[in-house]
Amino acid sequence: MSPPDPLLEVENLTKHFPVRRGLLGWTPQLVRAVDAISFTLEAGSTLGVVGESGCGKTTTSRMILGLERPTSGAIRFEGRDVLTLDREGMRYYRRSVQAVFQDPYASLDPRMRVSTIVAEPLVINTALDAAARSRRVAELLDLVGLPERAATLFPHEFSGGQRQRIAIARALALEPKLVVLDEPVSALDVSIRAQILNLLADLQKRLGVSYLFIAHDLAAVAHMSRAIAVMYLGQIVEWGDADAVALEPRHPYTKALFTAALPVDVDAPRPEVAVSGEVPSPLAPPSGCRFHTRCPFVMPHCATQEPALRMAGDRLVACHLY
Amino acid sequence: MASPVVDVQDLRTHIVTRWGTIKAVDGVSFSVAAGETLGLVGESGSGKSMTCLSLVRLVPRPAARIVGGRVLLDGEDLLAKSEEEMQQIRGRKVGMILQDPMSSLNPVFSVGMQLREPVAMYHHLRGRALTVRAAELLAAVRIPSPAARLRAFPHQLSGGMRQRVVGAMAIAAPPRLLIADEPTTSLDLTIQAQYLGLLKELQERHRLAMIFVTHDLGIVARICDRVAVMYGGRIVEIGPVRAIFKSPAHPYTRALLEAIPRLGARRERLTTIEGQPPDLAKLPAGCAFAPRCAHAVDRCRVEAPGDTMLGPGHATRCWLHVPA
Repeated sequence: MSPPDPLLEVENLTKHFPVRRGLLGWTPQLVRAVDAISFTLEAGSTLGVVGESGCGKTTTSRMILGLERPTSGAIRFEGRDVLTLDREGMRYYRRSVQAVFQDPYASLDPRMRVSTIVAEPLVINTALDAAARSRRVAELLDLVGLPERAATLFPHEFSGGQRQRIAIARALALEPKLVVLDEPVSALDVSIRAQILNLLADLQKRLGVSYLFIAHDLAAVAHMSRAIAVMYLGQIVEWGDADAVALEPRHPYTKALFTAALPVDVDAPRPEVAVSGEVPSPLAPPSGCRFHTRCPFVMPHCATQEPALRMAGDRLVACHLY
Repeated sequence: MASPVVDVQDLRTHIVTRWGTIKAVDGVSFSVAAGETLGLVGESGSGKSMTCLSLVRLVPRPAARIVGGRVLLDGEDLLAKSEEEMQQIRGRKVGMILQDPMSSLNPVFSVGMQLREPVAMYHHLRGRALTVRAAELLAAVRIPSPAARLRAFPHQLSGGMRQRVVGAMAIAAPPRLLIADEPTTSLDLTIQAQYLGLLKELQERHRLAMIFVTHDLGIVARICDRVAVMYGGRIVEIGPVRAIFKSPAHPYTRALLEAIPRLGARRERLTTIEGQPPDLAKLPAGCAFAPRCAHAVDRCRVEAPGDTMLGPGHATRCWLHVPA
């Protein structure tokens, strides 16, 4: 028996944004926001994507959500190419892939009651009548741990954590197979974060939904994910098992990122890997390895040869050190 | 221990609103010595930022008022100073770095103009010498080609660079006390690491007493010597970083440490703190954490606990630790 098809397969996905610079906008240039990345996501599992602002993680998620059309490359969902789907196929895809965003103050319409917010995807995508919809809304609110009376209230009557629960209920309304979580707990207080992370983990166990978890809180990503992909300037520099990547990072950039996370033992701090300088402009990414301008372990050929994402032991790393 | 640079005693700041009086800072006491970093941690609304603003008397008036306590800076009570005297103290003796560098910098003036102003005031420099000193300050915060950067405007700099400029202004005097209120929250991770390294370096060079406000315990573990945990406007536990991480005493501190995912300690579930952070206008009579505390007893709900010493410099406010 061959292994089952992955739920989501991304191959050489690329997004270039043209920008006009200079007087009168004459010299068009390209921002290489995402540059030929490939990864897979198994059904019922979580892939964490980490990286700093401008690394392309949000553009990647927007392409997967169908909000941005890739320049080239393929996105396959349950084995079918998403970019060539017909109308009916696209309908199915959009129902199957939902999102929860960072700021629950911005993602919920302040003039709609919670029942309307959560029922909206049902109105658009299903033929349920009003009574069936309100039953489903009650079910969903219960699923995310909100009381039934929440349905009649407005978003401003809820705290940040509760609002994020409403956003999760809405995302789950159509029983999606994949939920893109773009910084779902970054806007929340520490004591509330744990509640939401636990809720997301419980829902995955109960519903078998897959998550694409985008965050800059590395310990949270490591906690939630089965695999982690680290992105830098539009490329994946390391991809592998979450524990392996978090505990024994290989790529110098991953090492630098995970230095900042809270160690288990304050007496055994992680070795500090400091990188110099700032992220270069994606308009003109450095030659060779894109990280070589900031890398503490840089070698002469890093500036000229681009390292491929290669198997190094138990994971993929794009670095000449391995 | 040498006499502290800043000694805060029973500080109280209240905010009068339509919905009642909010006890934003409710009897906060701590001290920080030269060269020492005190971390101030807590969730939003716990009173950490209001504590910092109270130290330099910049609370939003007229709604907020400092109603009690003393803030001794090198032995002098800042709360007894006139507004004119305070203007001399802010910047000169107490430097501040806030979360958003864009709100600390004026967008219509160049970096050089903004940096020359405090330098001229503190060091009575003019002309060429003033410009040289301003460029030296930019070099001290590791800004490449500082002389050229003096002509740049804030919008031409990255977030990390802007925050460095704010840092340069804060240490222009240099001050005795540096208050850093979430200075790295708006920065990317690798830039954050660079900035923390820079702050440590500046602190050592000038023997600054530093108060570092953050909600990130990873940062606390890396750069603080002592940490004060705030909840509902009060410090519920204060002590050396090692003691707080190794043997947290207050149930809130313990819950906070357990609620955070950590690398290398994979757990099925995170421990959660049930309920919501307290409404400061309706604080319960006793301990503010009692409604969410798993160990609360009747006494917790009626009477607020005082400080109990647990070890050298380690104190908590919790009835569990008061010997019967």
